[in-house]
Amino acid sequence: MVKKLPKTDVVIVGVGWGGGIIASELTKQGLNVVGLEKGQERETEDYYMAHDELRYAVRYELMSDLSKETLTFRGNEKMRALPMRQYGSFLLGDGVGGAGVHWNGQTFRFLPYDFEIRTRTIERYGKDKIPADMTIQDWGITYDEIEPYYDKFEKMAGISGEENPLGGKRSNKYPTKPMLHSPQMKMFKQATESLNYHPYTIPSANLSENYTNPDGISRAACQYCAFCERFGCEYGAKADPVVTVIPIAKNTGKFDLRTHSWVRRVLHKDGKATGVLYTDVTTGEEIEQPADMVVLTSYVFNNVKLLLNSEIGRPYNPSTGRGVIGKNYAYQIIKGSATGFFEDKKFNNFAGAGSLGMVIDDFNGDNFDHSDVNFLHGGYLSLTQTGKRPIQSNPIPADSPTWGKEFKQNSMKYINKTLSIGAMGASLPFKQHYLDLDPMYKDAFGDPLIRMTYDFKDQDRELAKFTATKAKEILKEMGADRIDAMEELGPYEINTYQTTHNTGGVIMGGDPETSAVNNYSQMWDMDNLFVVGASSFPHNSGYNPTDTVGALAYRAAEGIVKYSKNGGQLA
Amino acid sequence: MAEDNHNEEEKLDKDSLSRRKFLRNSGFAVGGLAVGGVLGSVIPWGNEEKEQQQAANETKNFNQALMNFNQVEFQVVEAATERIFPEDDLGPGAKSLGVAFYIDHQLAGSYGFNARDYMNPPFFHGEKTQGYQGRLKRREIFRIGIREMQNYSHEKFEKGFTDLTAEEQDTVLTDFAEDNVNLTTISASGFFNLIRSMTLEGVYSDPLYGGNRNMEGWKMRDYPGDQMNYTKVIESEEFQQIEPRSLRDHM
Repeated sequence: MVKKLPKTDVVIVGVGWGGGIIASELTKQGLNVVGLEKGQERETEDYYMAHDELRYAVRYELMSDLSKETLTFRGNEKMRALPMRQYGSFLLGDGVGGAGVHWNGQTFRFLPYDFEIRTRTIERYGKDKIPADMTIQDWGITYDEIEPYYDKFEKMAGISGEENPLGGKRSNKYPTKPMLHSPQMKMFKQATESLNYHPYTIPSANLSENYTNPDGISRAACQYCAFCERFGCEYGAKADPVVTVIPIAKNTGKFDLRTHSWVRRVLHKDGKATGVLYTDVTTGEEIEQPADMVVLTSYVFNNVKLLLNSEIGRPYNPSTGRGVIGKNYAYQIIKGSATGFFEDKKFNNFAGAGSLGMVIDDFNGDNFDHSDVNFLHGGYLSLTQTGKRPIQSNPIPADSPTWGKEFKQNSMKYINKTLSIGAMGASLPFKQHYLDLDPMYKDAFGDPLIRMTYDFKDQDRELAKFTATKAKEILKEMGADRIDAMEELGPYEINTYQTTHNTGGVIMGGDPETSAVNNYSQMWDMDNLFVVGASSFPHNSGYNPTDTVGALAYRAAEGIVKYSKNGGQLA
Repeated sequence: MAEDNHNEEEKLDKDSLSRRKFLRNSGFAVGGLAVGGVLGSVIPWGNEEKEQQQAANETKNFNQALMNFNQVEFQVVEAATERIFPEDDLGPGAKSLGVAFYIDHQLAGSYGFNARDYMNPPFFHGEKTQGYQGRLKRREIFRIGIREMQNYSHEKFEKGFTDLTAEEQDTVLTDFAEDNVNLTTISASGFFNLIRSMTLEGVYSDPLYGGNRNMEGWKMRDYPGDQMNYTKVIESEEFQQIEPRSLRDHM
């Protein structure tokens, strides 16, 4: 027996960055919003004991409980997909704030090239440069069109930074000054400058100074305590939906936030969404929440899962390339990195912040000539100082023992004598990489899990080798005595941590034939359904995705308000 | 000794007082909605006396008893982890850091029962890229793995693992790590990787979990543990030697 609740203007599924931004913008405009979040309430007070590497970083305190829901994975269609039984490659956020609680706060804009990647690639290199099965497409929005929304997100979050010398044009400076520079960062800066590259400080959502945002939210400066990634910030210095947009929505009195509410279906009739069906996980009760507009703002996999389980949109078919839901799943190519050993140095590697670091974009996007390389796009190269915590950071020379006396001595010796240059390689989509429903494995409520079909391609192998070579070059210039770099990328493995930058599956574009949503994140096939998040990225750039997720959420919010007045397709 | 402890305790109190003051001051808020910072209200006050009393009562570590292993299993784990992280000139090894107690306690709880892993059937043998696909829980893997290590030690050296020389123990561990041992129920290298990663956890996790005794694991590698701020450290050209702190200093 399903309990039916009174109708609301808007129901939001998942209350992280996307849901929080949309809730705050819509309630400010007078709309009544119900936010459904499958996880628990979260508050800054929860993090008083957060400096606990085992509990948070190793045992995944803030992540989704895989015993209830996971996804299945296979490298290609010939393999049997099997469930991701334990965490590895990426981490799924949980609770109010979602992944916006445990992120590092590195807040980059994508490049103008990204939004028009197909057009610009063909213009510069010709059509043949794009491999036949690579499905890159333009985003249906330009950098200039998305710029005001980046600006809005950065002001709300108080991003600390300095201008990217090779980035798109900015309408405003970053709202707060760059983070402090450590000696390690200064070494990177000096080395990359002498190599004629263009270093700049990583734009950071860990506040460099006390800041009050346009909504009147005040937050304290970062203390460089070195517990960001996988942790919640006990100072509220790291921008997080819980300390920024959600209080604004709550303050209007128009935001009804319900935790422990697991949405299972989007309900629809005659091509319009009518609400959602969810289960109260504390009681098991099934509840229908009718609404004029439905907004999906959960993580990439769950946005796709909800659409497929609700039979909305045209599922992607990898053999024909037709259909859109599940298409263009992409990831991030980050293994093309290197570690330098500095025998005569001793760095304060235990100190840091999630977004502390220096970066160059000389090999990102189309900032360099690709005529002589066998890949497209690129990635940033960075030196980050997020805090080397002891369980997970034990740098040793590549060919040395991994346990016993020599291991102990090496790991003690090198922990404060090593620096790594990382790469944030772009991940471009291929015809064979997609998300659909698993035919066998189910979640706690009996709904099919998402099945991921994905592996690295030549594009990724070439790109990773290229960035590893550049990382090596920079470490050499920095004076490293020994450098260990990635040599071969190998296959994609779901059991080794890489990054939580999963994208695609409900992609945006200018053409309903090849995309699922328009540039307001509005479904082409269902006017009153919006699907917001990195699921809308047609490819993943050589950057962390959150700034773009935030910008697209602000644009979606604007679209939803417009739609609430006039209806119809917005683009 | 008792006096030393007392002084240490006083020093700690002083430090944690100034830390509290610092926390209070950094709970910055002007105008609008105050959302940031650990709020003063969550910091318990006036506990200094209680802390001192607690310290005086801590004559035994009641935490050092077994929740999961039997005595023999415990000794095998203690010996194996000591080879993985041995005592040397740099400082204590796994045994005196309490790593085997740490592992025992972890296996008795949600981690040992794989409580937050997806353990639904059906189970199939997968590719390496697909990660762990077994049906056994970590506590079961340990029980089987320890028994197999004992069997292998007897087979190869005609003695139990704990009676082997350090070199012989290393041979057994290497054969497990490199899958030179034929096991049917579990993967030998999978078991080795589990015991290795749990050894590092026991050496370096907060002492609250039963390992890293007296923060000795941290001290050996100049890791300051749980500090509230490094604003003065970040720009320093010199390495900063900082006395470590643990989460207990937050109580």
